[in-house]
Amino acid sequence: MNKKKFSMNIFILTLVFLYLPLVVLIVQSFNSGKGVSWDGFSLKWYDELFNHSARLWTSFKYSILIAVTSSIISTAIGTLGAISLQWYSFKHKKYLQVISYLPLVLPDIIMGVSLLILFTSIKFKLGLFSIFLAHTTFNIPFVLFIVLSRLHDFDYSIVEAAYDLGATEKETLTKVVLPNLMPGIISGLLMSITLSLDDFVITFFVAGPGSSTLPLHIYSMIKFGVSPVINALSVILIAGTIALAMSTKKIQKYMVS
Amino acid sequence: MKNQRNGLVYSAPITLWLTLLFVAPTLIVIIYSFLKKGIYGGVEWIFSIDGYNFFKSSYFLKVVWNTVEISVVVTFLTVLIAIPVALYIATSKYKNFLLFLIIIPFWTNFLIRIYSWISLLGNNGLLNNLLIKFGLEPHQFIYNKFAVILVSIYAYLPYAILPLYSAIEKFDFAIIDAARDLGASKMKAYMKTFLPNIKPGIITATLFTFIPALGSYAIPKLVGGNDSQMLGNVIARELTITRDWPKAAAISTILTIITVIFIIVLSKYDKDHKGGKV
Repeated sequence: MNKKKFSMNIFILTLVFLYLPLVVLIVQSFNSGKGVSWDGFSLKWYDELFNHSARLWTSFKYSILIAVTSSIISTAIGTLGAISLQWYSFKHKKYLQVISYLPLVLPDIIMGVSLLILFTSIKFKLGLFSIFLAHTTFNIPFVLFIVLSRLHDFDYSIVEAAYDLGATEKETLTKVVLPNLMPGIISGLLMSITLSLDDFVITFFVAGPGSSTLPLHIYSMIKFGVSPVINALSVILIAGTIALAMSTKKIQKYMVS
Repeated sequence: MKNQRNGLVYSAPITLWLTLLFVAPTLIVIIYSFLKKGIYGGVEWIFSIDGYNFFKSSYFLKVVWNTVEISVVVTFLTVLIAIPVALYIATSKYKNFLLFLIIIPFWTNFLIRIYSWISLLGNNGLLNNLLIKFGLEPHQFIYNKFAVILVSIYAYLPYAILPLYSAIEKFDFAIIDAARDLGASKMKAYMKTFLPNIKPGIITATLFTFIPALGSYAIPKLVGGNDSQMLGNVIARELTITRDWPKAAAISTILTIITVIFIIVLSKYDKDHKGGKV
């Protein structure tokens, strides 16, 4: 049992390592002083965050807008792509496999740089729409692979049964394939919302003036003078992600059952 | 029965989208890297290999070295920590809960995770405040290579734990008992049965850690110093400040090539291993 104890110690140390900085943030967010030394409990940074941070909330609104739109479009495109790769043969199949795998493994910065150069060279205006295009682009391969992994376990005989019973291709897709694939599609959607909300590097390159998303705004807050408002924001975001994680677990259970 | 022509219909949107917004920009970057720098940024359509001149600069070679060194150290330490952590989770009764504990910090915004280390180790951070309280000299913990490595491990650890966990979960621990029964020492049993069997997990974990580390931008920018600038920082500077686009394009091209070579080598290693086992 020596080995077990060793791995348990490493596990506990890792948990401390992972949570210590976040715990410090949470405690700091209730500190009334601006510095690190404890000056007493206060909610003033939350007041500052909710009532005096208009630009932050604008960037938050943009983040949500882009996450929702880009994840819906990328889920639709990625799901159809996964169906085509799993069940059909077509001329450019090999090409599609390569170009949908590469974005997953190349460093983010490469996509950011190349999209910036593309947009600028064709004089495409940088702003919310260019961010939307970029996010949809990096989300599509993730959706594709999530849905594709679900399709591997998909019982194809129900599709054949639908055809045998006289369903058209369109009916089979909308009444048999998509409903049965829903758990995979939902995971793809949630994954792309998460990736979109979290992305900093690619957005950093393709954003234009006045189109900051939340991560870009946080970046500028960190870079130009740290304000304790970030602490309060962090706590809200951490609480938000945990709540979301709990509820998506419920959603997924609901979708599966 | 199934209309094969519909394969084209289903695959058209994704093919078009990725061709226009992934393949085309990647090709444009490669083309730009062989053009002449425009006077006010941008490029002039004249062939030139000036973009690749950076190989002559000792500063650039130092940045390449920093990038490779930091990425290798980060990957090695991350995988080294992740193996026992994944082993513990995979053999625990509370797998799902423990996995959840590991993933929560990972869902916290990437920049907030970096920032949390600044507030812990920064010049006005918690640690320095404690040092002063105990009458000790404050110390600059961040803005150096150490901080970049530490925060990178923090950021990428879950990427390594998850694939290792799924590899270990499939491992049949009875094999270790068998090896022990056949007289292998505990250490030897793990080295000869456990490690080879979780190799695909180790390879994926290495890939998931090494590649983002190679393309780091935000971490060295926010907690790094002069000794820890990485390729990502140089690309961004050439693109947005110096406005030498051919150079930025050339460095991106080099980074792409390094990544692709790395992936090919790793996947070949993976295949060879599988081939050998069967």
